[in-house]
Amino acid sequence: MSADFLYTLEVILNGLMAGVMYSLVALGFVLIFKASGIFNYAQGVMALFAAMTLVGIQTGQIPFAHLINAIFGTEMHHFGWQVPAFLAIILTVGVMVLFAMIVEKYILHHLVNQEPIILFMATIGLAYFMEGFGDIMWGSEIKTMDVGIPSGGSLWLEEYTLGWAAEGERYWGMYIDKLDMVATLVAVILVVSLTLFSQYTKTGRALRAVADDHQAALSVGISLRAIWVIVWSIAGFVALVAGIMWGAKSGVQFSLSLIALKALPVLMLGGFTSIPGAIIGGLIIGVGEKLFEFAIGPMIGGATENWFAYVLALMFLVFRPQGLFGEKIIERV
Amino acid sequence: MFYRESGDFKKTYRDDSQTFPIKFDRRRYYVVMAIAFLVLPWFITDYIANAVMIPFLVWAIAALGLNILVGYCGQLSLGTGGFMAVGAYATYKLMTSFPGMDMFSVVLLSGFITAFVGMIFGLPSLRIKGFYLAVATLAAQFFLVWLLNKVPWFYNYSASGQITAPERSMFGIIITGPYASPVTGYLFCLILAIGLAWVARNLTRGRLGRSWMAIRDMDIAAEIIGVNPLMAKLSAFAVSSFFVGVAGSLFFSVYLGAAEVTEAFSINVSFAVLFMVIIGGLGSIFGSFVGAAFMVLMPVLLKNILVGGLGWPTDLAAHLEFIIVGALIVIFLIVEPHGLAQMARVLKEKLRLWPFPH
Repeated sequence: MSADFLYTLEVILNGLMAGVMYSLVALGFVLIFKASGIFNYAQGVMALFAAMTLVGIQTGQIPFAHLINAIFGTEMHHFGWQVPAFLAIILTVGVMVLFAMIVEKYILHHLVNQEPIILFMATIGLAYFMEGFGDIMWGSEIKTMDVGIPSGGSLWLEEYTLGWAAEGERYWGMYIDKLDMVATLVAVILVVSLTLFSQYTKTGRALRAVADDHQAALSVGISLRAIWVIVWSIAGFVALVAGIMWGAKSGVQFSLSLIALKALPVLMLGGFTSIPGAIIGGLIIGVGEKLFEFAIGPMIGGATENWFAYVLALMFLVFRPQGLFGEKIIERV
Repeated sequence: MFYRESGDFKKTYRDDSQTFPIKFDRRRYYVVMAIAFLVLPWFITDYIANAVMIPFLVWAIAALGLNILVGYCGQLSLGTGGFMAVGAYATYKLMTSFPGMDMFSVVLLSGFITAFVGMIFGLPSLRIKGFYLAVATLAAQFFLVWLLNKVPWFYNYSASGQITAPERSMFGIIITGPYASPVTGYLFCLILAIGLAWVARNLTRGRLGRSWMAIRDMDIAAEIIGVNPLMAKLSAFAVSSFFVGVAGSLFFSVYLGAAEVTEAFSINVSFAVLFMVIIGGLGSIFGSFVGAAFMVLMPVLLKNILVGGLGWPTDLAAHLEFIIVGALIVIFLIVEPHGLAQMARVLKEKLRLWPFPH
């Protein structure tokens, strides 16, 4: 095999992995959109908040230390203990469930039957709120996430692929981050378990019923409020997973919340209502933008990853306005 | 008591369809105009002009533009930052290429250039609707910012990638550049803001505005009764982008003086303008101004209270600002989803009956 071909293959593989990371965020959007018709812009900030909380609990930070210091003139930072990663994750899940309850009680409950754009705006407000809240609670400095996920290039793969190139070509083997592999594995497990959950459990069936028709679900005795809390909790859990992966990859910092924007074209490609669509959309976007940057990026100045996904999704939507797997939009007068 | 129609007879059709049908409103409008033009320029300090009045007027123009698109035509857009950037860079290129051109023409021409760009990005709206369109307009935001950042011709090959407004004037009065007085900048923005609000008001109650609203309320039905969706949507994008372009032009030349595209026209700008429109009220000219005032004044107030008054560190104040903005947006949506303009409407209804409501 020629080195060029192998490089392209490497780019495609890395694109697939990046796509999985996008899909992780997109998954949270789809879950909430399906169950409540809300386009939850705050998903990215939820990932950031979850990651911050996890790191904060793990390293024993005192919540609101900055605020307390500013008001009372004290100098506090840490409790001085370390919480094991596993326990910290469970505690964080608890925080996200609590968060889901608060969102349901104080926001969604009051906005039932409003137009979608109003709900969308409310989630943007929520995103702003959480961003500030997370910063005040845990501080805004960049933190490192360490929950024991291996990272760095895989030496084994590099050595294994070294022999693939034709004799005499300059090729050093394939570079794929171990973290990305773990992320892929986690994403697969997550999707499979979510699918199983929604197909075979009672709660899952209730979720699907609500997604299908709110009123019909209400009339057979499904509690909408409970379902919303469950859906937002699951979305919070997915956000935590995404937050862990992204946090381990690039540090827990403000830019983490911007991955929500990257998940949007993924959603458009896959369709807002389809879980497999979120995965496949993510893969297409990931591979597409990496290949474009690799092949055409150097010619037009690079950094095309900023916009390529959106333009690709835009082009695509012109031909298929509901995305790949979205429900067909039927319009009636 | 004093706020009612009685005794104010409308004898012509023109009288009947005026913007302020109630005498009190008309008088109040003239008083506000007089204060804005004749009183304020003598009394405001440079700080107030620079930190409050100029940004308020600039954002109000941007909010007006977005309100035409979102509030009147129902096309959700998140590309406002990108279009403002186009306006700003068009201004920069016009200012540096034609040094003799007066500022007014520069700003208007930048608006027209932005309108053209906006129409191009408005084309997908014919196929894509709702949230899908909102995300599609993000393509405009990111692509335009990237383009303006990557092609050196747009910023005249300057090493820093920044654009800086040179000194330009109108009728011999300096408006931009380091020697411009903030008060002239304020008056310049004020004239444009009022002129554009007048244009917007008359566009939206005319044939064009009615076709926009028909498209917003139900596009298929509108098409069936003979509204051309191509014309309606593209004209909404063009007019909206014109306003946004003018706002971007003023934002760069009068307010900032120097700008870097990824900093000054990021996605946050798009969201901020959308907030103004929602908080002010969708589909209301008055609402655009109120929303802009709210979003400009609140951070200034918070900063003065928290940092100046209580002596808290600035980063903490910035975080609190996020919390308060977010909470206020949610509270507003819960209490009054139709914005401050709707509150004003309710207040007017109450005033009509006051003090004898029964």
